[in-house]
Amino acid sequence: MPLLEVKNLQVRVEEREILHGLDLTVNAGEIHAIMGPNGSGKSTLSHVIAGKPGYEVTGGEVLFKGEDLLSMAPDQRAAKGVFLAFQYPVEIPGVATMTFLRTALNAQRKARGESEYSTPDFLKKVREVAKSLSIPQEMLKRGVNVGFSGGEKKRNEVLQMALFEPSLCILDEMDSGLDIDALRIAADGVNALRSPDRAMIVITHYQRLLNYIVPDFVHVMSKGRVVKSGGKDLALELESTGYAQFDDAA
Amino acid sequence: MNVAVAKTGTERRLSDVFALARGRLPGDGRVAEVRQAAIEVYERLGLPHRRVEEWKYTDLRALMREVLPLAPLPDAAVLLRAREALASIAMAGAQKLVLVDGAVVPELSDLGASAPDVTIRTLREILDDAANAARADLLLTETSDAMVSLNAAMATDGVVISIADGAHVAAPIQIVHIAVASGASAFTRSHVRVGNGARATLVENFVAAGGARGYQAHDAVILSVGDDVVLEHVRLMADAPDAVNITSDAITIGARSKLNMFNMTGGGAVSRFQGVIKMAGEGSELSVNGVNLLRGTQHGDTTLVVDHAVPHCTSREIFRAVLDDRARSVFQGRIIVRPHAQKTDGKMMTRALLLSDQAEADNKPELEIFADDVTCGHGATSGALDETLLFYLRARGLPEKDAQALLIQAFIGEAIEPIGNDDLREFATSVAQRWLEVRA
Repeated sequence: MPLLEVKNLQVRVEEREILHGLDLTVNAGEIHAIMGPNGSGKSTLSHVIAGKPGYEVTGGEVLFKGEDLLSMAPDQRAAKGVFLAFQYPVEIPGVATMTFLRTALNAQRKARGESEYSTPDFLKKVREVAKSLSIPQEMLKRGVNVGFSGGEKKRNEVLQMALFEPSLCILDEMDSGLDIDALRIAADGVNALRSPDRAMIVITHYQRLLNYIVPDFVHVMSKGRVVKSGGKDLALELESTGYAQFDDAA
Repeated sequence: MNVAVAKTGTERRLSDVFALARGRLPGDGRVAEVRQAAIEVYERLGLPHRRVEEWKYTDLRALMREVLPLAPLPDAAVLLRAREALASIAMAGAQKLVLVDGAVVPELSDLGASAPDVTIRTLREILDDAANAARADLLLTETSDAMVSLNAAMATDGVVISIADGAHVAAPIQIVHIAVASGASAFTRSHVRVGNGARATLVENFVAAGGARGYQAHDAVILSVGDDVVLEHVRLMADAPDAVNITSDAITIGARSKLNMFNMTGGGAVSRFQGVIKMAGEGSELSVNGVNLLRGTQHGDTTLVVDHAVPHCTSREIFRAVLDDRARSVFQGRIIVRPHAQKTDGKMMTRALLLSDQAEADNKPELEIFADDVTCGHGATSGALDETLLFYLRARGLPEKDAQALLIQAFIGEAIEPIGNDDLREFATSVAQRWLEVRA
């Protein structure tokens, strides 16, 4: 059974159809890159999979491990193993990062019927992962993402990914706003999480990110559909030819 | 010749209440004269209503309707119920001063166990002490507020605390008001004098004994803070769901002192905490923070006047309201800077979180600045929980109510965190948590 099956997905936002029948199949262990110009529906796809309010699914279905994902609340999806790394991680003043991490992890475990992490185990795990991502302990005491740089916010997303151990990671424009060094640290963190049990969907504008996170498959989206799929070489090809060629195809 | 004045039923009732109470009110001679003058001021004004500017959002004629008769003096059965209520809020290590239905109860209080630098007497004993030439001063008020005048006329008891110069009082002084009688009023009035160089923590709780319903708590606190004082003053109002609580504080702060105040309003049907705080000595710092947690049809009002009468003082007000259902929260904050009070730094920020479309927040900040070299500012916001933040938390696995609770705690945290005493800060946090749990 595929990990994720998106079948003929049609989505509207405020009376405007954004996705016009999108198909995508992702198996465990695979890394899929989704590329495409602004407005092609890449972020909409990631939001609909994660369960963000404000999108109306007018047709098609999304199955996750064979279950109907669209009928689940966002927190249920997270507990089942869906993780969206946000393009713009939000700042939450007054909620300490550590409190947030522990509350979220234990909420997911509780939803799965698992026991809560003990405090020492939790702290040990957070410290290990934070160290590997060059996240200072000091940052974990601050409000969630408050005063974090762009790179720090993205690393904090990777930290959560490592902590929650999801089976599907969706990285929405992870490279936006990052310089090369920050990008490399974040990408190294993501690569460390590659596993035969885990799949990733890497949404990006540019080929650059795919030098660091090398995909198995590349899909090109245009005007709400996947218009071309191929191997990692497709990304290189796009870099030279651009997206304009797909305008007519859509 | 008597001029006939049309009175509402409410006002007629009040005259009866005062007449009936007269035999219960301590103090004769000059004290009785002061009471009579106060009740005349009240009778002229009547219950505050929406055409009185300071009360425009809290129309007591509509919300309270009438002043209830005094509660009977507590008997043994009442004290038993009060003792149970006390157990849930008594702070470990605090010096407790307990008033039940408006009467100081020595057997529930630590009157005798005072620190050597702290003198505690009851209002009743001072007012009844004919040899004390200044006793009537305890009922004098400077304002023309109807409810302050009513309190002066009707006050049955209270605590009169004096903290000596230089005293460092480690144990918090906890004044606990317990309502036991249903459908009755308690009128209390306390005086606290904090001597020069003293340090202390003052806590006030308002609670209902199990089964106490529909009562009215009318309280006044006159707090005089000397020079070089460090004082923390925390008020926690947790009245019965259909109770009324009207409290008026009059505070004067000397030079180079620090007063850190916190007020939490929850519980009652109608609550008003009004305070006039005068910065009377240079170089002092005032912090007044507050949280209103209201649901159902509760109405909670915090009205503060910070009067910068001298130069070089700082005042900060952080106020947060969380409103569910059809609850209504009022914050009125006035900062006055007198003509010579240069280098005043006064700021207030009030924010309301509306969890329901039918909740209402009224914010009225006012600045009256008569000096030209000052820094003053105010801000007011009201709105719903941020959907973007909620989705982020839910996408990380938090169920909707948990995500909301976390954001609400963060929202009020800014007002609670400045509480210096760890136990009190934790207590205020736990009150908020319980409020959120009821919601979930």
